[in-house]
Amino acid sequence: MLRPLLSLLLGSTLLLGVAVPLGVTAIAGLTMPERAGGSLIRREGQVIGSALIGQNFEGDRWFRGRPSATSAAPYDASSSAASQLGPTSAALLAAVTERVSGAREVPADAATASGSGLDPHISPESARRQIARIAAARNLPVQRLATLVEQNIEARELGLLGEPRVNVLRINLALEAFR
Amino acid sequence: MTLIGWAQIALVLGCALLLAVPVGRWLAALAEGRLGGLARLDAAVLRAAGVDASRGQSWQGFLLAMLAFNAAGFALLYAILRLQGVLPLNPQGFASIPPYLAFNTAISFVTNTNWQAYSGEAAMSHLSQMMGLAVQNFLSAATGIALAFAVMRAFATGGVTQLGNFWADLTRITLWLLLPGTLLAAFAFIAMGVPQTLAASVIAATPSGGEQTIALGPVAFQLAIKHLGTNGGGFFGVNSLHPFEGPSALATSLQIVLQVVLPFGLCLAFGRIVGDARQGRALLAVMVGFVLVATLSIYAAEAAGNPLHIAAGVSPIQGNMEGKDVRFGLALAALFTATTTGASCGAVNAMIDSFTPLGGLVPLFLIQLGEVLPGGVGSGLYGMLVFALLAVFIAGLMVGRTPEYLGKKVQAREVKLAMLAVLVLPAVILGFTAAALVLPMGLASLQDAGPHGLTEMLYAYSSAAGNNGSAFGGLTADTPWLNTTLGLSMLLGRFAFVIPVLAIAGSLAAKPRAPEGPGTLPTHGPLFIGLLAGVILILGGLQYLPSLALGPIAEHFAMLAGQTF
Repeated sequence: MLRPLLSLLLGSTLLLGVAVPLGVTAIAGLTMPERAGGSLIRREGQVIGSALIGQNFEGDRWFRGRPSATSAAPYDASSSAASQLGPTSAALLAAVTERVSGAREVPADAATASGSGLDPHISPESARRQIARIAAARNLPVQRLATLVEQNIEARELGLLGEPRVNVLRINLALEAFR
Repeated sequence: MTLIGWAQIALVLGCALLLAVPVGRWLAALAEGRLGGLARLDAAVLRAAGVDASRGQSWQGFLLAMLAFNAAGFALLYAILRLQGVLPLNPQGFASIPPYLAFNTAISFVTNTNWQAYSGEAAMSHLSQMMGLAVQNFLSAATGIALAFAVMRAFATGGVTQLGNFWADLTRITLWLLLPGTLLAAFAFIAMGVPQTLAASVIAATPSGGEQTIALGPVAFQLAIKHLGTNGGGFFGVNSLHPFEGPSALATSLQIVLQVVLPFGLCLAFGRIVGDARQGRALLAVMVGFVLVATLSIYAAEAAGNPLHIAAGVSPIQGNMEGKDVRFGLALAALFTATTTGASCGAVNAMIDSFTPLGGLVPLFLIQLGEVLPGGVGSGLYGMLVFALLAVFIAGLMVGRTPEYLGKKVQAREVKLAMLAVLVLPAVILGFTAAALVLPMGLASLQDAGPHGLTEMLYAYSSAAGNNGSAFGGLTADTPWLNTTLGLSMLLGRFAFVIPVLAIAGSLAAKPRAPEGPGTLPTHGPLFIGLLAGVILILGGLQYLPSLALGPIAEHFAMLAGQTF
């Protein structure tokens, strides 16, 4: 029994733990380097983010992403985390009430923390509600921003799966290009 | 709930069922050693490993080989974790994993639970992930399927004492099923944006003038086996919610298909092996029925939203979005959650701790029902067969005949062993939860007060004993008390269940297969499907009702009454 035990355990560790994953990494790096490397966005050679990972945008001049519960700072992509607060948590209700700050019919994604803490998207409605603020801060016509939002709405995948959404980093990069 | 949401659920579940047909056929071929063009290569591998596939093992021999292999796997993984700090491929320079956490994690991955008391990107080196955790993802899944093969053979044959050869099964399942499936899925995931790189992280200079450190790694390969093997242990802390582990709705859909296709396929393989496809389809029907009801219940509960938040000014249109990401949508979150808890996978694409009380009750109850709906790879089928034996026994009591299942007489020995197996789960779950809720070292781990706190603790022990691995994540799990007791729960939930099951298999294999008589209860029709579902609910679920009433149900009414904690 010892021979099959040891040869299968060590053999599978070398095959499944070293050879195959390294082979997959090498093939992926050759055939799909962008995606295998984390879908990074570069500007003048410098990495400015990943198309898949949300970033923290503050102030009135940007489209803001969802509230993030990563611990050291929001959108800490080296340590993903959710709030993990339960539905009857007083702390959660207080946080939601503060984010709503007296408004009505606030889109749920704008009032609640994402599950990953790194959600790259907001709902189209949440993007539309930010237009007036950004237009005022950047001194841009509202209509131009409204068009920008509509252009940046990503449809459901295959026309069916998931939800319509707006990638916050992408729309903010487009916004910056307005200068 | 929307029509589009229902269509998403139907499409993904439909794809899984379609894929289960060829997968079931291949599983049956593997169990019967019909390897076609692979036969020569297979023989060469087995010879090199010193395995003689023609030498069958008794149930005790099979059990002993399985236990020895898992014990050695535990020792190797424990050593890798404890030595992580001095081993190579550790670009972030993580320290070695401390003893209690290494004990818990090693048991967790060997038992196919993948409970994680650590956060992957902040604790585990690439070497630990690849050579330690991912290898056990394969081996624990292959162990489960090998056990299921042994049990299937017991029903298919008569008058024999041998259940097959554990080593041959383990090798064939790993090489000819899990590895090719994982490779295909890994490349599909990379094409969808899941990273597969040895780089540890990259620093981005963000447009708003800040800096963001983005953790990377060889994610895709581990992600693929994590779902195909119903393991569930994430590369990143937030598991399949992380945009690198679940980059799109399409990726999350593929994960759903992967995590149910083997449990579904094993039912169909069972039907083929016992020579009556209808028998496998009946078991599958029970599983799919429960998954559908659970999915729609979660979907309805989450789509209704949190009334406390709606009263504070949140629009009810999107439903409850705390702990969820925008791209998946509620329907796929509900289907993912129902299948990951029903299938003993334990990966998450939405944080269950932040679900509405009833939305959180469903996954908890699915785990408590014994992880048979559809259950983990292998464990789902043999768990379901235990319930099937109890169902024919209860039916036999009602009409006063000796019960039989697939021509095998079910007698006192089998029923006693089946009850022993079924009682392991509630004893472990309720016993340890009760202890943790009165002892200060247990209570110190709770994040939430009130009934939600009770649910957090109940969920942790249910998840561990059910070998699921998902969590109400607010619980501080990395403490000596929880690491130890949850580790023991995982061990008992896996092996204290398997031993009586293999004993049943040994006893059934020796009995002849009697032909059907006029008094035989058909075990493929709607009557039996209903009976089996009832037995699962009553025998598997009834004992948890008091604790569920104190936890999620009490919280539901507190929420409706506007009370927070």
